[in-house]
Amino acid sequence: MTQANTPLEYRSHQSQMNILGFWIFLGAEIVLFSTLFASYFVLEHNTAGGPAGQDIFILKDVLIETFLLLTSSFTAGLAIHFMRNNAKNDMIVWTIVTLLLGAGFLYMEINEFIHYVHEGATIQTSGFTAAFFTLLGTHGAHVTFGIIWISLLLFQIAKRGITEKTSSKFFIASLYWHFLDVVWIFIFTFVYLKGMVG
Amino acid sequence: MSSTHSSRFPWNHLIGFILSIALTLLAVFVKFYTSFSDSIVVWIIGTLAIFQALIQLFMFMHVTEGKEGWINVVNMIYSVFLALVIVFGSIWVLTSGHAAMH
Repeated sequence: MTQANTPLEYRSHQSQMNILGFWIFLGAEIVLFSTLFASYFVLEHNTAGGPAGQDIFILKDVLIETFLLLTSSFTAGLAIHFMRNNAKNDMIVWTIVTLLLGAGFLYMEINEFIHYVHEGATIQTSGFTAAFFTLLGTHGAHVTFGIIWISLLLFQIAKRGITEKTSSKFFIASLYWHFLDVVWIFIFTFVYLKGMVG
Repeated sequence: MSSTHSSRFPWNHLIGFILSIALTLLAVFVKFYTSFSDSIVVWIIGTLAIFQALIQLFMFMHVTEGKEGWINVVNMIYSVFLALVIVFGSIWVLTSGHAAMH
């Protein structure tokens, strides 16, 4: 591996260690979400007379949320691609698109939660709704944090350009964003699709 | 080292994106337009989800990249192992274990 084809974000030893450390953090995040999934799978049939998933889930809305998040993961990848080609403006444009898609996802999800509450499914209704809102809420909180984090990094990139430091920070944030998409794939599959009547 | 960063067009990302959309639609199709039993449907869409997660890991997150890429792979395998133990262990203990007390 020569200096020339090493991506900028890996050049310094500190950056390499930061990226490695973040991967270890993502390992811990996998375990965190696995505990929430475990609670959900144990409690999903305990509806206590309240609505079940099949009564309240709307496929169309869930699919829109899924496509928003899948596309934002793709555009985050494009931003990294342009970062590695040292194309600052393209990188900023695709990052803004990523953030807008993320915000669109959050808007849809908040509306979805409001809809559920109107249907009589609040976090206090049953074991199912408690586990459901905890799992989905934890994911949504991660997306919210990701939007704030990446927005702040965008200011640094705009001001300082693509440097060893900013590229390493941005690459780490992109790993986080892709990871949230991975979690969503499992929510989409094992909460929504599994919970609906085929 | 991955060569994606030097190519002019990010084919890798585009292919990953198209695959992830296709896998999502395929899962919806299997769920709503086939007549497999519920448990078979869960196995199929679960497998599709794992493929999608692998696409994210390898095509978007470049998990094997960097000097210490193999550490990332071992770390991910270990985390997934822990996640599976937590999920299937909890289901096992809290369903069959609970039922055994009656």
